[in-house]
Parts: sequence; structure tokens; C-alpha cells
Amino acid sequence: MDLAQQIESDMQNGVQADNQFGKNSEQLLTFILAGEEYGVDILRVQEIKGWDSVTPIPNTPKHILGVINLRGTIVPIVDLRLRFNLDSIVYGPTTVVIMLKVKSEDRTRTMGIVVDGVSDVYNLAQDAMKPPPDFGSVISVDFVKGLATVGEHMVIVLDIDHLLNAGELAMLEEAATG
Amino acid sequence: MAIDMEQFKVTYIEESLEGLDNMESHLLNLEPGSRDEDAINTIFRAAHSIKGGGATFGFSNISEFTHVVETLLDQIRNGEREVTQQAIDLFLESVDCVRDMLATAQGGGQSDASRSTELKAQLDALLVSDENFQPDAHPMPGDSQASPDEQSIASEWNIRFKPFPGMLATGNDVVRMFRELAELGELHTKVNFAELPALTDLGVEDCYLSWEATLKGQCTLEDIKEIFVWVEDECELVITAAPSLESSDSIDSKDRSTDDKPVSGINGASDHGVNVTTAAARPSSLPSENKSKPQNKTTAERRANAESSSIRVDIDKIDSLINMVGELVITQSMLSQLGEEFDIERLEKLRDGLGQLERNTRELQESVMRIRMIPISFAFNRFPRMIHDLCNKFGKKVQLKLSGESTELDKTVMEKIGDPLVHLVRNAMDHGIETPDKRAEAGKPETGTVHLNAFHQGGNIVIEITDDGAGINADKILKKAIQRGLVEEGIELSQARIHDLLFQPGFSTADEITDVSGRGVGMDVVRKNIQALGGTVDVQSTIGKGSKFTVRLPLTLAILDGQLVRVGDHTYIIPLVSIVESLQVHNKNVNAIAGKAELYKLRDEYIPIVRLYEAFHIEPDSRSLENGLLVVVEGDGQKAGLLVDDLLAQQQVVIKSLETNFRRVDGLSGATILGDGTVALILDVAGVIRVSQGRISHHDSINANGVAA
Repeated sequence: MDLAQQIESDMQNGVQADNQFGKNSEQLLTFILAGEEYGVDILRVQEIKGWDSVTPIPNTPKHILGVINLRGTIVPIVDLRLRFNLDSIVYGPTTVVIMLKVKSEDRTRTMGIVVDGVSDVYNLAQDAMKPPPDFGSVISVDFVKGLATVGEHMVIVLDIDHLLNAGELAMLEEAATG
Repeated sequence: MAIDMEQFKVTYIEESLEGLDNMESHLLNLEPGSRDEDAINTIFRAAHSIKGGGATFGFSNISEFTHVVETLLDQIRNGEREVTQQAIDLFLESVDCVRDMLATAQGGGQSDASRSTELKAQLDALLVSDENFQPDAHPMPGDSQASPDEQSIASEWNIRFKPFPGMLATGNDVVRMFRELAELGELHTKVNFAELPALTDLGVEDCYLSWEATLKGQCTLEDIKEIFVWVEDECELVITAAPSLESSDSIDSKDRSTDDKPVSGINGASDHGVNVTTAAARPSSLPSENKSKPQNKTTAERRANAESSSIRVDIDKIDSLINMVGELVITQSMLSQLGEEFDIERLEKLRDGLGQLERNTRELQESVMRIRMIPISFAFNRFPRMIHDLCNKFGKKVQLKLSGESTELDKTVMEKIGDPLVHLVRNAMDHGIETPDKRAEAGKPETGTVHLNAFHQGGNIVIEITDDGAGINADKILKKAIQRGLVEEGIELSQARIHDLLFQPGFSTADEITDVSGRGVGMDVVRKNIQALGGTVDVQSTIGKGSKFTVRLPLTLAILDGQLVRVGDHTYIIPLVSIVESLQVHNKNVNAIAGKAELYKLRDEYIPIVRLYEAFHIEPDSRSLENGLLVVVEGDGQKAGLLVDDLLAQQQVVIKSLETNFRRVDGLSGATILGDGTVALILDVAGVIRVSQGRISHHDSINANGVAA
């Protein structure tokens, strides 16, 4: 399938193609969190499932809601709103959990993030992504990979490896093994 | 036909490593001057197989090196050479060397040849030097250095080859061997079927034939032996250089009762012989006598490499598993029959059936778990060698006692406990046992004893490392600890606490740093590794008498018997092994210290009360002691009463790691999935006690500044 065909089929599938996208384009899965659209590399997404109750883990940060049984493995669930210090909302029918494969050190872990709802899938050329501006101390830029413009609006592309590793997770892990 | 040699290489390497382990353990048992034929033969056979395989799979460095070792061993085996300490040490070094070579072969890299070259030179020197050795007596088979003759090229060789009846059963093909021989030169063979029994008595898989062959061509004895290398132990093989051309067929006239005519197709075995009417033989005098011992590599003695990913399972265990599955199938069919024509009157039967199913499942689970259990001798095996080496290094005399080697524990635990044990044993050797003169001064026997003991206790395996050395000098430790700022001066510490300091990072009391121990990394790592396995380690010591390190480990990491407890909406699992008892709280037995810490008087003990909801910051049904239940638990040698709202069922749970996708959490040892698919957390009792006391671990509490982490 040549490029033109692919674009066409993508369009047919309702995927908006960035007009600049080339060979090193990546696909983003975007989701909505407090009215903003965030994106993650679609290859890191293992599955998307509806919200279900979790088993809370004592003495862990608030945004770690707990763990669930994902077909026999224990997977932690992070509430992204709480992680970003946003107001929490009551989980509704659109609330979903996105299961992500997170790379840390030498292994891959599976984690779930709770978001308000999934939005779309975009093709994005690598050079269409702008580096994030400095947010100062409000929010660490570490876990923002870049900002992408899709059509008229902005998508915040997350670096999930940093997001789900940094700060408290890593620190606590150090305490546990050190 | 293309054969994937890689898989055979892997097997070869695995088997060779086992062979080396075997050699090592027998070498260690070998006393200088001894004539323990079994041991020597075992060692020889191991070396022999390694050599043969090495040549086959193209590891020429291994086969060349092992060849020299084998030569020396063969002389010992034939009684031409005494077993000397020097030889034993050299062999042990060779074992290490070959092990390295195999490791390199496994990794696919190129090994550093200098070590093997040097060792080989030493072995050669020994071969030549020894006065017991008379070079002209019998040049040993396979001894290229000692018998230069073999290297010599003769133009004609006579070969008499008489396989033992069972040789074909081991997969050796006579045709192939003769074909190879034929490649070396002009080959004439005669088959001798005098021993062929009547057709009715014929064992179809046995070989009754023998061959005479004459080989004309430029080749060495080595070349010929190479062809027979795999069957050396399974045949009578005589290879002689034909003195002259005419004499070549004069040999052996006696038993070659018959002729060269093909004995076609009497049975599979003889078929082989027949095709080969063109073999040839050749000279030189090496009767490979003695090789008659069947090469039973005594499976029992095989030792799997601790790191290998395969596991050898006792056939009994498999059989019991199969039985169990059989029963399960029966139960299943009974239940399905019941289901087809069910009416309420048969409810009782259904209950019985379900009960049986439960029993079957549990038994099945237990036997599956047993498959993973291997005797601790796998971990103990390395110690005789280590002690041997360390004795030489330190000039100490130490005797190693092993007991409870058949105690079984989970393979995963086994693999991870090896290194900590090595550390503890080294420590016992280095710091514990004194030098012989010091021991004599102290009125103790010159030879010290290190005793490794393993046994089961409850759901744990206990490993004790006891030495009768100098013991641990508590004052010295305390001084050192104060010096390092680990403890504040003037603080009174109990003996146990002081001993506990040994497990602090960066702590060492050795006056001098040796390359064995004393760098101060070690004991803390030991403790950490053992704790990571859910175990504990502690030490008891008496000055002048010795020390005892006790390691406690869970039998398996995969399954535990748990007590489900409820606090508010949360269900937790307490490992049954750590529960002492459960009771209702009577307020009169509750005492508070400084209005804060609560103690419960349980008979003649006071145990601290841990309110689980406080430790975990969750909402309970009731905050009053009297409405809850107190589960008295013991962890890390400490007792505590956990306050819970309710006790639920007891059940076996499969432990799932929290660390796989998350991280370790203090107070929890893992999670499990309950029958309804929800996740329940498993309490780490010792951890909960620590959390409730507001400290992360022991050493923080003794820290000079006393800041709880």
C-alpha cells in the first residue's frame, strides 16, 4: 500500500492525518482530562477498559487508586486528575482506564491511568511536535514530551515513562530497595 | 540431513557442567594415596565424556585440555600413579578451568587461553616428572604428551573391535565408525560371528559380532582412537601397529572363526556389521582394558546447575501427579453425571462430590508445588570445594559438616539463597575459625568445624551455619559501631542488638581486609537478600565458643495458607504461619504506656497492639478494642496483636507480586486474587509491625540520631 492509499484509508477510517506526516510519524491516542486533550504513543497502549473498582493500597500517594486484577496480574491504577492535582470528579460512564506499557530501567510494567474519556487517534509527524514551554514550578515539564497541533487545537503529548516513574514512585522504590 | 547442533551443544554444556560438579565432589573426597576406584573411575568418566563431547562439538580447546587431564587420571586409574595432593589440587584447578571454557563456549566468545595453557603445562610436567611413571610401560590411551609414539604415523594398523552386546542400544553405529575408518586409508575388515546365537535366542537389539580390521594408510593412533572415542567404554578395542605388512592378518586367528562373508540381515544389529566388509586396522599397543565399566553416569549423582532453567524431577513426584490427575478426572465425571440428572434429593451427593473435588485440587496443587522443590544439597554442594580452597588460603584446618541436605525447598528460593550462604560460610571461615595454633592455645582441637544444617520448621526452612570458632566479640563491635557513628556513645544495647549491628551496611570487624571478607560489604547484603525472599537471619554467639547464624526462609514463594481478615471495607490476608492465636479483647488486659502505646496482657506476656486501621489509614467498622478481634502474630521474632474487625475464611492463596507492575509497599508482601476476581493484599507481618512503630527497619531505630525514617 503506498502512502497516498494509506492516507486515504486513514481518512476513511476517520483518522485525521496531519498534512505533514511522513515516515517517522507516530500515532497518538488522545484522551480528555478536565477539558484538555492529552496524547500518548498508541504503541504503548495495551488496552482500554471501563472503570471498575480497585483494591486500595495503604500508605501510598493519593493518586494511586489501588490495584486491579488484569487477567491474573496485579496492575496499579493511577488517577491522572489527582496526579496533576486537578479536582477529582465522580466517575461516570465515559470514565475509562487506559492500560499502558511503561518502560522503567530494564523492565516494562503495565499500569492503568484513569481519564475522563478517550478522544481520538491521530497520525502525527515527529517534527510537528513542539517542545513544551517552561511551566515553571507549576508542573514539571519532564513528563510532557511536546505539544502538537492537530487541526485547530493543541494536544499535550505525554512522556508516560517519566510520568509514571518520576517523583514519588521512583523515590519510594529507592526506599524499598535501598 | 541437517541437524541443529545448537541444541546438542546446550545439552553437552549442561551435562559437562554436571560432570564437572561430579568430578569436583569426588576429588574433594579423594584422599592422597587413596585407591578408591569408584571415585577415580567416576572422575575419569566425567573427564572422558567432556573430552569426547568437546571434540564432537568443535570445542577443541576443551577436548585438548581435558585430554591431558584424562591421561593423568587414566594413569591413576590403572594404578601407575599415586594420588597426590598436588595432583588433586591440579585437577580441581582444571575443573575450574574447564568450567570457564564451557562458560565461554556457552557465551560464544573466545576464552582466555593463558590459564589453560599454564595448567596444561603443569599437568604435562606432572606427567613427565613422576617417578612412578614408566614411560615405556603402557603409553596411556589418549595421552598424546606422554606417549609420543601415538603421534607417530604408521602405515598399517590392526584393529580388533569387539563391542559389548549393549553397545548398539546406546546409539552407536558400527557402520559409521567403519566408514570413518575407511576414510583414513585402505580398510579391510573381517566380521566374526562365532558368537551369534541361534535365531531363537537372539536378542534383536544386542550385538554379537566382532570385527578384525586392517587399515593401510598414513594415520596416527590418535586418529583411529578418535573414531572409537564414544564407544571406548562399551567395547574391547585393540589397536596395534602391524609390525610389517605380511603380519597384518596373522593376528587373532583364534577367534575369528569365520570369514568375511556377509551375514546379511539376520537382525538389525548384524546388519550393521555386514555392510562394512572393508575395514582396516593398524598398530600400536594400546589395550584399552578396564573400560568395561558401563558408563552409567549415575543419574542420582547428577547435579543440575543451579542457574539452569530446566529442572530434574524425581519420577515419584511425576507419578503421584499423574495419579492425582486421574482422581481428578474421576471426580469430574462423577460431578458431571450428577449434574445431568440432578434433583434436590441428591444434594448430599453433590456436596460430597464438591468436597472430593476440593481435596483433589488441593492435593494436585501440592504435588505440582512439590515439583519445584529440590533438595538443599544443590546449594550445599559448592561448600566442600570452597572450604577446601579457603583452608589452603588461610592455613586453617576446617572440617565441614553437612546435615539435612535432603531438606527440600523451592527452586526459586534455592537459587537466591546460594550467594547469601556463601557469604555466611566465608565469614565463618575468615572471622570465625581461628588458625590452628590459636585454637591449640585455646584448648580446642586444631581442626575447626563449620556445620551447615537445614531442617523444616512450620512453613519455613531453617538453615543454620554454625562454627566453633572465636565467636563474636560484642565489645569490639560496639566500639567499631561507635567509631563509625552508627551508635551513640554511652547507649546500652542488648547483646542481640549488638550482634544485629553486624548487618549494618559498611560494617566490618576484621582487623585486616582480606580478599575473602572484611570489606564491609556483605552482611547487610546478606540480610537484604534474605529479606527479599521473605526470610530472616539472626545470629547467636558466645565468645570463645563460636557463632551460629540462623536463616529462616519460606518454603515456597508461590502459595501460602492465609487467614482472610476484614477491616472496614477492606480484606487483607494474614499468612497463617505467622498467626499465633486470635482472641477477643478484654479491656482489663489492655494497658497503655505514656497514653500512647497500647499493650495487651496475654497470659504472662505483654504484646503491643497494632490497630490495623491506623497503620493503614483506613476506616474501620469500629475503633473500640472490644468490638474488634485481636490477631496475635509473630514476625521477625516480635509479637504483636493486630486489631481487625472480623475474621473471614481461611484459604490458600496464590501470591502475586506487587513489584511486577508497581513496587514494594511496606507492610505488604504481595497480593492475591480472590475467588470473586477481586484483589486482596497480603500482609507482611513484620513489616506491619515496623510501620506501626513508625520506623522502616531495625537499623534506623538504632541510628545515633534516632530519627525514625
